[in-house]
Amino acid sequence: MSTVIYILWLRQLKRYFRSKSRIIGSLGQPLLFLLALGYGFGPIFEKAGQGSYIQFLAPGIVAMSIIFTSLFSGIEIIWDKQFGFLKETLVAPVSRLSIMIGRTLGGATVGTMQGVIVLLISFIVGFRPISWILIIPAVLIMAIIALLFTALGTAIASRLEDMQGFQLIMNFLVMPLFFLSGALFPLKQMPATLLFVAKMDPLSYGVDALHYFLTGQGALGIHYDFLVLVVVTGTLLFIGSYLFSKIEI
Amino acid sequence: MKKTSDADYAIRVSNLTKKFGSFVAVDNISFSVEKGKIFAFLGPNGAGKTTTIKMLTTLLNPTSGVMSVNGFDPVRNEGDTRKSFGIVFQDPSLDDELTAYENLEFHGVLYRVPKKILKKKIDELLKFIELWDRRNDLVKHFSGGMKRRLEIARGLIHEPQILFLDEPTLGLDPQTRNHIWGYIKNLNSRKKITVFFTTHYMEEADRIAENIAVIDHGKIVATGSPSELKKRTRKKSLEDAFLKLTGRRIREEEATGADRMRMGRRVWHR
Repeated sequence: MSTVIYILWLRQLKRYFRSKSRIIGSLGQPLLFLLALGYGFGPIFEKAGQGSYIQFLAPGIVAMSIIFTSLFSGIEIIWDKQFGFLKETLVAPVSRLSIMIGRTLGGATVGTMQGVIVLLISFIVGFRPISWILIIPAVLIMAIIALLFTALGTAIASRLEDMQGFQLIMNFLVMPLFFLSGALFPLKQMPATLLFVAKMDPLSYGVDALHYFLTGQGALGIHYDFLVLVVVTGTLLFIGSYLFSKIEI
Repeated sequence: MKKTSDADYAIRVSNLTKKFGSFVAVDNISFSVEKGKIFAFLGPNGAGKTTTIKMLTTLLNPTSGVMSVNGFDPVRNEGDTRKSFGIVFQDPSLDDELTAYENLEFHGVLYRVPKKILKKKIDELLKFIELWDRRNDLVKHFSGGMKRRLEIARGLIHEPQILFLDEPTLGLDPQTRNHIWGYIKNLNSRKKITVFFTTHYMEEADRIAENIAVIDHGKIVATGSPSELKKRTRKKSLEDAFLKLTGRRIREEEATGADRMRMGRRVWHR
């Protein structure tokens, strides 16, 4: 089982490193956000007495790049489904669960690496973590976020027939999850309704945990963040495996 | 005729039925394929060919009926059945972002071929299909014929007893088609692999197949060798015999999600 998981994991990584346009494209967007928003809103943020905006923004942008990359890795199943490669794996004498595990770990690894690269970029743009050693738990949080959204992508892709629905998911799922997560603005002074919505968004806890480890400014409580992330990730992995096992081709 | 026992059959199917809702895709069919033979499964679009292959290869469970593939029941003994056959699907199913070698290696690992044997096997097969020089090239740069050859090689890595080929020569030029049938005949005679294939090219079936079953509207309408079918319908060519058996009406099939995606991709890549 372990070699099967390994080869599926390796395939996801190879596919990622070989599509140069995907890497460049997925790094361009976070860089644009960091520069345009970071320097655009910076002075206003500072005048309002909130300190440096780049310091606040960077963890959120790291989270953004992770959810885009890992959700896309999960969604790639639709691609494999339509262009046949999934058949090759599903007709092989291996369990669906090990296929799902290998793919998901691969997607999550790619997502985490993407997050680390964006974190490095944010250093160049001027972000400074409060402690270098706390980057280790921050990377762990990044890995959990990546796992969560790869599992979500897998669950969605298992039910979709073609890529037509993909745009819908981007607009009605990914964008709201990102904008309402407290990645762009602090949760502390939000109006009660918005705060309530943000608390429904699992990404909020990921972003909050990243804020905690990278800037020391958590708002929701790190233990609580961690608990919510682990429970939601576990649930989505379970749902994803179930839906994946039901795929008919 | 010589007597045949159960052990002489690679495939046995009896009273096999598959319903999708109220639509009967495969309607109570029975047939068998002798070991080591080349068998063609012919029928118009939507006749039930692919559905039957999916059931034989464990991708779909039948509504009712009994199957045996290399002595294994595809429903009850999925794992052993899967190890015992190789398959080339109707649509390409290679990973374009991997090299020829990596695609074969991936397959070998999934089928748990021991590492030492795997490397030898891959080398041997790449030479056999004459893609050894291109082994480290990404599959996305391959032509349709090269991809097909690679898929055939992939289906053989775990040394199956049966090779299923769903329209293996679709969309290829006559030279490539000839080449591919050359490999397949070679395999059949050298390694005694049973070959089960579908095609729309009747002259191929006539030339290659030792036995044929014709399916239409989910039912088997005729079985026999190419010459028997021609004799029975009093036609000179298998194509005319086929048309006599299945009628001349054109079958319309609804586009599936896969068809729409393929169209979309064609537009994107040109």
